[in-house]
Amino acid sequence: MPPAAASDEAFGLYVHWPFCLSKCPYCDFNSHVRERIDSDAWASALVREIDHFAALTPGRRVTSIYFGGGTPSLMDCSATATIIDRAAARWGLADAVEVTLEANPTSVEAGKMKDFSAAGINRLSLGIQSLEDESLRLLGRRHSAREARAAIALAARTFDRFSFDLIYARPGQTIAAWEAELREGIALAGEHLSVYQLTIEPGTAFHQVFGRGDLVLPPENEGAELYHLTQAVLGDAGLPAYEISNHARPGAECRHNLVYWRYQDYVGVGPGAHGRIAIDGVRHATRQEKVPETWVSRAMREGHATVESLPVGRDDAVTEALMMGLRLAEGVDGARFARQTGVALMDAIDPAAAARLVAGGFLERMPAGVRATPAGRAVLNAVIGALLD
Amino acid sequence: MTDQSLIRNFSIIAHIDHGKSTLADRLIQRCGGVEQREFRDQMLDSMDIERERGITIKAQTVRLEYKAADGRTYVLNLMDTPGHVDFAYEVSRSLAACEGSILVVDASQGVEAQTLANVHHAIEANHEIVPVLNKVDLPAADVERAKQQIEDVIGLDAADAIPISAKTGLNIDAVLEALVTRLPPPRGNPDAPLKALLVDSWYDAYLGVVILVRVVDGTLTKGTKIRMMATGAAYEVDRVGVFTPKPKDIGTLGTGEVGFITAGIKAVADCRVGDTITTERKPAAEALPGFKPSLPVVFCGLFPVDPAEFEHLRESLSKLRLNDASFVYEPESSAALGFGFRCGFLGLLHLEIIQERLEREFNLDLIATAPSVVYKIHLTNGEVVELHNPADMPDPVRIDHIEEPWIKATILVPDEHLGAVLKLCEDRRGIQKQLTYAGSRAMVVYELPLNEVVFDFYDRLKSVSRGYASFDYEIANYREDDLVKLSILVNAEPVDALSIMVHRARAESRGRVLCEKLKELIPKQLFKIAIQAAIGGKVVARETISALRKDVLAKCYGGDVSRKRKLLDKQKKGKKRMRQFGEVEIPQSAFIAALKARDD
Repeated sequence: MPPAAASDEAFGLYVHWPFCLSKCPYCDFNSHVRERIDSDAWASALVREIDHFAALTPGRRVTSIYFGGGTPSLMDCSATATIIDRAAARWGLADAVEVTLEANPTSVEAGKMKDFSAAGINRLSLGIQSLEDESLRLLGRRHSAREARAAIALAARTFDRFSFDLIYARPGQTIAAWEAELREGIALAGEHLSVYQLTIEPGTAFHQVFGRGDLVLPPENEGAELYHLTQAVLGDAGLPAYEISNHARPGAECRHNLVYWRYQDYVGVGPGAHGRIAIDGVRHATRQEKVPETWVSRAMREGHATVESLPVGRDDAVTEALMMGLRLAEGVDGARFARQTGVALMDAIDPAAAARLVAGGFLERMPAGVRATPAGRAVLNAVIGALLD
Repeated sequence: MTDQSLIRNFSIIAHIDHGKSTLADRLIQRCGGVEQREFRDQMLDSMDIERERGITIKAQTVRLEYKAADGRTYVLNLMDTPGHVDFAYEVSRSLAACEGSILVVDASQGVEAQTLANVHHAIEANHEIVPVLNKVDLPAADVERAKQQIEDVIGLDAADAIPISAKTGLNIDAVLEALVTRLPPPRGNPDAPLKALLVDSWYDAYLGVVILVRVVDGTLTKGTKIRMMATGAAYEVDRVGVFTPKPKDIGTLGTGEVGFITAGIKAVADCRVGDTITTERKPAAEALPGFKPSLPVVFCGLFPVDPAEFEHLRESLSKLRLNDASFVYEPESSAALGFGFRCGFLGLLHLEIIQERLEREFNLDLIATAPSVVYKIHLTNGEVVELHNPADMPDPVRIDHIEEPWIKATILVPDEHLGAVLKLCEDRRGIQKQLTYAGSRAMVVYELPLNEVVFDFYDRLKSVSRGYASFDYEIANYREDDLVKLSILVNAEPVDALSIMVHRARAESRGRVLCEKLKELIPKQLFKIAIQAAIGGKVVARETISALRKDVLAKCYGGDVSRKRKLLDKQKKGKKRMRQFGEVEIPQSAFIAALKARDD
C-alpha cells in the first residue's frame, strides 16, 4: 500500500454545488436544474460532510478551497461563508489559503460578487467560454458577450485573483477567428486563463447532435493547429501553459487544481464529489452519492453520503500520478511520486518505451523527475499509453 | 443376418438445397424407422453445423425395412454422404459401399455442378442410378426441362425419372419400389475371409470411436479380433450394430450389410477411411482397392485472438481431430499474431467448418490467416520442398522454379451471366477447356490455379452470377509459373502474417491494395508509419500514415481521476489485442481486414 502523503503538503477541499439554471449542451459534470433549492439545508449537509472528513484527517491544514459545480455562484453568499468558516474551525486554514468560486457572468452573479468576497472567496473563476454572441448561443450559455466583458471587469476590481474559461475548436471556427478572440481574451485577462478544446462527451446534448453529424468538430489536424497556436500566443503574452489547458503568469497558478495534478490529498464534499485522502496512513479514494436529493438526505441522516472509500492500490496510484502529473509543464517530481506510490519513478515506467519517447521528443528526463515536452503534451493520451505498457 | 438377395445399399446424390435430407426423412418415416414423436427434420445430420448449413459432413447410414409390392421385406441401407468436393474421397468411399444411387434433381432448378461431379463418381463406382425429380409441387417446376438436362448434361436416360415431392410425400413409394426392383443386391462371398470397407469413423463421447463399415465378403461378429489392413492396428470388436437411425446392436453383420462397430479404439486417426478390415485369425489375402490417405490441399494459420487461449486451442484441435482425422495441424509462431497452429484442410469448406466448430463448440475466438495452397519449391540443388506457409519461403537465390497446384473447375451458369463468369475465370489466370450449352444454361470447364480459387472465388462467382452459378472442382496437377512472395513491411519490419504468394503480374496491384487497406486500418500513432509491399528487396507499393498530432483530454480534475484511469486501464486491455512492430502497434482487426482485401 502506498504510504500517505506528508502532512505538511498541500491539502485541498472541494465543495460541489450541483445546480444550474440550465444545462449546457457540452457539459458532462454532475449538474441538475431544480425549481427551488433550500440553500440553508444544503449548507447544513455540506457542513456535516466537512465534519465527517475532518474527523478522518486530523492534523491537516486546508491550503485551498474550491467551490465547483454546477453553478456555485447560485449559492447564497452566507452559505459559502458557513462552509469556509466550518473548514477553518475543523482543520484550520493556511495563511495563504486560496478560496475559489466558479461563477457565471450573468448580471445575477455580478450583483453578488462583493458579498462573496466578504464571505471569504478570494479567487473567482468565470465561465466566459466565448466572447462572441453567436458562439455563446451555440454553447447554450445564458450570458451575452457584453455581460461577459462586464463581469470580467467587475471580477478584476473585486477579487485579488481571478480567471476565466474559454472554449475553442468550436464547429465552424476558423484559426484566424480564434486567434482574434484569444487576443481579446488576453487583453481582458488577469494572471490566469483556462482554454479548453471543445470535446464531445457521452451523455451530453452535443453527443447526440454531433453523433448525427448535424454539427462537426474541426478535424484532428486543425485541432492540433488551434492548440499549438493557443500555446504560442499565450506564451508570448506571458501566460505560458502550466497544464494542458491552464495558463498563468508564473506564481499565479490555481493552487487548488495543482493539488489534483500533483496527486496530493484533497477532500471532496457534495453530490458526486471525489476525494483522495490518507486515512490512518493509507491513501483512499472516496466518492459521494451522486443524486442531489439522495445525497442531502443521507448526509443529514448519517453525517456523510460516502458511497465508496477504497484504498488506492499501487498500480492505480502509479497510473493516476503519471496521468495527472504529466499534464503539468513542471512534470512529475520523482521524490513526491515515490512517496505517493511507493514505487520509484524509473521503475514505474517501461524503460524501452521511455527511451523511444525521449528520442522522439515527447518526454524529457529531468534531474528531479520526468516531464512531457510541449509536443508530448499535445498527444499525452498516446504518451501515457506507451509509458504504462 | 439378412438374406443377401434382400439387401439394397444406396446413396442419395443431390445439389445443396435440392431436397436430399427431406427425401431421406420421408423414406425413414415411410419405413417406420422412427416413431413420429421422435422425428425431426434432417434426421441424419446430427451436428448443429450440418443442420444449420443444410450440409452433410460425416457419412451417416440408416437401415430401413421395406415391405415391397412383391410381398417380401427388404433391408434398405441408405448411406448419406457428404456432397462437397472437399470430401470427395469420403464420397467415393461411401459410394463404393453401395450398388446404386438416387439422383435428386430439383425440377425447378435443374442440374447443378456439384450434382454432376457426384454423379460421375457414382457412375465410376458402377452404380445403378435412379433419377428423381423433386419439388414437382412447386409452380416453377419444369419436369420435361429437368429431364432434358439430365440427358444432355449428365448423359443419363431420364425416361424413367420419377417425379416426386419430398415435402408432400408424393411418389415416395415409387422411389422405394425402384430401389428394390432396379438396384442389384450386393455381390460378395459369405464364406470368404472377412473384408469390410471402413466407410467413416467418428468419436462418440460414450462409445469412443465408432466405425461405419460395409461388409464385402464374410461376416463381422462381436468378439472377433480384427485388423486394419493399412495401419496394421488390431482390436477386439465389442459392439456390432446398425442405425435405425438409432443405434441398435445386432451381433453380426453379414455379407453385403452396412452397420457400425466399436472396438475400444481411442483415436479416429487409427481408422482411415477406405481401409479394409479383416480378421486376425483368417485374414483376407489382399485389401479392397482404392485406399489412399486424404491429403490436405489448403493451409492456413489459426491463432487465438487472446494469446492466453493458446493451450485451449491446442486441446480443442486435438479433440476435434479425434473426430476428423483429415485435417492436420502443427504449432506455428508469428511475430504478428503470436502462437498458433498451421492447419491443413481438404478444401475451403473443410477449413470453414473446422474454424466454425472450434469457435462454436470450443468457444474460441480465432484469427485465420489467408488460405494458402501447397507450393512445390524446386531448389537449385535439385531438392523439392513443399511450402505450406509463405513466411517459410526459402531465399529466392536458392530457388530454381516454383510449381503450384491447378484444378479443373466445372461451372454451370445461366446464359445471361456467362460473360461475367468467363471474365472472372480469365482474371484468375484460367484456361478455358470446354464450353457447352444445355438449354439456356452453359457448362464451362476451366483450368485454374488453386491459389486463385482458395481466396474468394466462390463468393465472387456467386456475386457475378447473382447466385445462379454452381461450381465444382477437382485437383488436376502441378504447373510451373512465375510466382513470388509479396511481403508487407511496417516501418521496414516484415509482418509475416500478411505475406502472400502471388503471380508476379499481379503482385504490384495486390501490394497496392494491401497497403491502402492497412493505411485505413492502422490508427495514427506517435510516430510516422511507413507501410510497404515488397518482392524480395524491391518495394512495389508504399503508403504513409502521418503521426498523431493531437490526442489529449482537455479537462482532467479531481473528480475525473478515477474515471479517466479506468479508461486508460481499458485502453491497456485493448492493447493486448494489438501487436507491436518496433514502434508501431497494429490492431488485430487490421490483420483480419487486410487478409480479406482483394484487388478486383
